[in-house]
Amino acid sequence: MAQFNLPKNSQLTEGKIWPRPTGGNNLQEFRIYRWNPDDGKNPRVDIYQVDRDDCGPMVLDALLWIKSKVDSTLVFRRSCREGICGSCAMNIEGQNALACTMGIDECQEHAKGKKTGAVRIYPLPHMPVLKDLVPDLTNFFAQHASVEPWLQTETPAPEGEWKQTPEDRAQLDGLYECILCACCTTSCPSYWWNGDRFLGPAALLQAYRWLIDSRDENTGERLDALHDPFRLYRCHTIMNCANACPKGLNPAKAIAEIKKMMVTREV
Amino acid sequence: MADTAKTSLRTARSRVKGLGASGHGAGHWWQQRVTAAANVPLMIAFIVIIAKMSGRPYPEAVALVSHPLVALILILAVISVALHMRIGLQVVIEDYVQAKGLKFAALFANNVYSVGVAVACLYAIMRVSLARLV
Repeated sequence: MAQFNLPKNSQLTEGKIWPRPTGGNNLQEFRIYRWNPDDGKNPRVDIYQVDRDDCGPMVLDALLWIKSKVDSTLVFRRSCREGICGSCAMNIEGQNALACTMGIDECQEHAKGKKTGAVRIYPLPHMPVLKDLVPDLTNFFAQHASVEPWLQTETPAPEGEWKQTPEDRAQLDGLYECILCACCTTSCPSYWWNGDRFLGPAALLQAYRWLIDSRDENTGERLDALHDPFRLYRCHTIMNCANACPKGLNPAKAIAEIKKMMVTREV
Repeated sequence: MADTAKTSLRTARSRVKGLGASGHGAGHWWQQRVTAAANVPLMIAFIVIIAKMSGRPYPEAVALVSHPLVALILILAVISVALHMRIGLQVVIEDYVQAKGLKFAALFANNVYSVGVAVACLYAIMRVSLARLV
């Protein structure tokens, strides 16, 4: 059966309460998932106090503040700090998001009505964790590669570029912007239960991006590769993907369009 | 996922490709939508027919179901609902049951149940519908 409970060695324990910074009077509490593969212990949730007067407005700023001023052992991925590299995707206040584009104030909106008012940060759900907030995305990237996300043609390449009308180019809007942060795929329950066979929203969004590219000549072969009850049809239009996407894309719609193409070529 | 990664030296690409695309799924998906749409008018007619028969003596039921239109609606309703039920439950099983043996057993039971229920209903409809001829 699909596993609904955490295995024993993954169950959360209470973590360390880190000392409050001295002098700060605008403190925000963060509760952050910690797991170290080397110490053989269960994951824990550490509690940090961040001085917001000394820290930028985004969750990533707070993480960097903690790493440089409180606890240098905290591990997370980050790079561009402006929502284009997709590295700092994590589960913030129950929502998959990029730490760099999620404001701390926004989190507090989510946290309203809760006892602590703390911002809780966990790794992306249902992926193997490498350390702290860093998930193992090997399978995710292999799935992206499996949809062969590049232009495939049989016609000999033209002297210049492959041409496309502005209308055909417009078809790619809402698809090409994907930054492969995995927020959508790891928010999808279907992917949680069958992630080994279901390609997931991110890979399928990219599959559709190439299916409707007017320059691509392998549309049929691409559809053949997706025609499978697990690879494509595990999507049950749950829409968590569209809800999670930090770029405002709609993978569920792209998947629905693929399903329509599948029927179109049969009737 | 994590378990297979630990116990196998297969590459990630090989694991993702698996046994390849099975080349079906679109049919089921389309059937599920067609039967869903068909179920709406068929179930309304079905409920009306059952309501008309309730509390009446058997000969009146025979008289009603003997009408070819009524019998056809009932037969279509049973086929559409049973097919919809079979595909729908199959999806649930494929979603949540991962153990191979249990999955095959559950899918088999689902087919037996759906076909069994459908055939029993069809037999009952025909028996009542054709009662006057026999």
